[in-house]
Amino acid sequence: MTTITADGQIDDHAHDADHKPAFFQRWFMSTNHKDIGTLYLIFAIIAGIIGGAISGLMRLELAEPGIQYLQAWASISNGSEASLDQAYHLWNVLITAHGLIMVFFMVMPAMIGGFGNWFVPLMIGAPDMAFPRMNNISFWLLVPAFLLLLGSSFVPGGTGNGAGTGWTVYAPLSTSGSVGPAVDMAILSLHLAGASSILGAINFITTIFNMRAPGMTLHKMPLFVWSVLVTAFLLLLALPVLAAAITMLLTDRNFGTTFYDAAGGGDPVLYQHLFWFFGHPEVYIMILPGFGMISHIVATFSRKPVFGYLGMAYAMVAIGVVGFVVWAHHMFTTGMSVNVKMYFTAATMVIAVPTGIKIFSWIATMWGGSMSFKTPMVWALGFIFMFTVGGVTGVVLANGGIDDNLHDTYYVVAHFHYVLSLGAVFSIFAGFYYWFPKMSGRMYSELLGQLHFWIFFIGVNILFFPQHFLGQQGMPRRYADYPEQFAYWNQISSIGYAVMLVGVVIFFVNIGYALLAGRKAEDNYWGEGATTLEWTLSSPPPFHQFETLPQIK
Amino acid sequence: MAFAQASLSGKNRRSAVMAALMGLGMLGLGFAAVPLYEVFCRVTGYGGTTQRVGEAQAATVQTTSRVMSIRFDSNVNSALPWSFKPEQAVDHVTVGARDMAIFLATNNSDEPVVGTATFNVTPLLAGQYFNKVQCFCFSEQLLEPGQTVRMPVLYYVDPAILDDPETKDIQEITLSYTFYRSTDEQAVDAGASDS
Repeated sequence: MTTITADGQIDDHAHDADHKPAFFQRWFMSTNHKDIGTLYLIFAIIAGIIGGAISGLMRLELAEPGIQYLQAWASISNGSEASLDQAYHLWNVLITAHGLIMVFFMVMPAMIGGFGNWFVPLMIGAPDMAFPRMNNISFWLLVPAFLLLLGSSFVPGGTGNGAGTGWTVYAPLSTSGSVGPAVDMAILSLHLAGASSILGAINFITTIFNMRAPGMTLHKMPLFVWSVLVTAFLLLLALPVLAAAITMLLTDRNFGTTFYDAAGGGDPVLYQHLFWFFGHPEVYIMILPGFGMISHIVATFSRKPVFGYLGMAYAMVAIGVVGFVVWAHHMFTTGMSVNVKMYFTAATMVIAVPTGIKIFSWIATMWGGSMSFKTPMVWALGFIFMFTVGGVTGVVLANGGIDDNLHDTYYVVAHFHYVLSLGAVFSIFAGFYYWFPKMSGRMYSELLGQLHFWIFFIGVNILFFPQHFLGQQGMPRRYADYPEQFAYWNQISSIGYAVMLVGVVIFFVNIGYALLAGRKAEDNYWGEGATTLEWTLSSPPPFHQFETLPQIK
Repeated sequence: MAFAQASLSGKNRRSAVMAALMGLGMLGLGFAAVPLYEVFCRVTGYGGTTQRVGEAQAATVQTTSRVMSIRFDSNVNSALPWSFKPEQAVDHVTVGARDMAIFLATNNSDEPVVGTATFNVTPLLAGQYFNKVQCFCFSEQLLEPGQTVRMPVLYYVDPAILDDPETKDIQEITLSYTFYRSTDEQAVDAGASDS
């Protein structure tokens, strides 16, 4: 990436203007991009704990064949003895909640709301976001959205309490198949979360286009800013389509329309088309900011500018553009002609080209660099490795003919957890360790950071790699129970969850250590490899920065 | 500085409005997908959607020497108290020749019920070559209590099916119907109370 040198860029004068509002006003009525970023990160951590705990319940139940705990849990949630069907419904509620929470309330708030808010203005040399109050609305829309989703688990949703539709909310299960207010609440939650993200996207686009420091052209902009810009456009173009699709679900459920009901001339497959027209760009929304962060981290710890800056930037643009024309590869089994399958197979594989450009450019950045394996760097290397594994299984699944066999099996579960749970989440941890001292002013423990990485890395691989085998043996996803033949790898997978959990505990211990006893962080604690504008500021940065705009040469 | 501030906020407003318009445009496209999808299915025969042709067009079709078997499949949604089946399960027709199939529908309940049928053919690719001249599925059907009705379908297979490399090997086409209870029954209820 272009090395940014700013003239006289130590922002000393800011200290006298560093007046912070009182607690309630600062955190509940915040218009400061750094405070809102912090709120987003705290929100994402809380949502991540809840979503992760739900997956723990699921791995516990799946550790052995048969139903061990589910019926007891369903009885607690019902308040009376639950039938087996109600237990299965609870399973559906758990998978739905896990998916929606991790996508909308953990990964997106952490990457876009958290790191995006914190570092986009800092990196482009802007005093704040373009619309600080709209930024506040974006965050506070997310809170009621999350409460609506959590609240939906306590109201009837068909066979039992809660919305048991899967994160895809396919009709007709979500329309005629789920009587009761739970699914309505879940849909409304998606509406609010979507509105929050669209407002955030408008804010980022405006900020990045209009508020760059003098001299910072688009082609000198740091790659993380590029990644957030592309992500914001994806959000702006994809989320309204989801909003339209789920609004029609709501009217089908409550006002007697038949958009997705064959009895009235509708078609449930239309919902799938609309959902995946949003859903596929959504997976890039979740990973692109991670790409941006990894570029900075790899460059910093190789002490070299990133290899092929323009190629990296336009690879993200290409991924974003092509991501809009591949959606039906999620629907290969809905009855498509061979020609349509061929198109969607080929278009999907094309995405491997810009993704490959990025992977090879990261490797080329490291090549001949003066590398140091600090915590953020090992997470970044873990990301590159894991994301490549997930990418390879993605190319396998892109084949329409192979997907006929693997569709809705654990192979697919393994694939998208390798790119998200091990890809997106690794990049979030990498970014967190990279910037945590900048945000808090305190260094974390390097030893605990390394320990967190290795235990987490081993844990998630034990957790998800066996799911490839289960999928190839034909184990379908979304079931609470399985025949004896799948017992072996399921047990190992559940052990992997426990290992990963230990890693997460170390993470929280490390945060606690840093906040209570961490060494004070200097302005640029990574040294000469870290070249973007946030490193010219103090750690933590002043409450208001860049009152005189930096000049970029 | 004041001037620079004013021009920045104006620029910001313009960018935000442009971005918001893009979002609104996509929202509109999301809803527009409903009629567009219907047109797309009708025109391309996607998902085995059969074609509807007029008498005039049907009269111009040349028959060929190739014979195909047409199977008839009938289903009733559980909410509809009808029985519904084809008079014969399979017909052998010459490609291009018109044929009539009869379905029998009986209302087993003690109230008048309106049903509406959805339809498609498999193989799905045959949809664009399967032409219906007349069909009971074009409109809603009212059956009085206990009434049985013979419902005709007048159709032919377009000879162009033999020129398409993807469909020329098709030997058998299955025409499937599913009857649902009509979703707007108020109109009929009103009619029933009048009589």
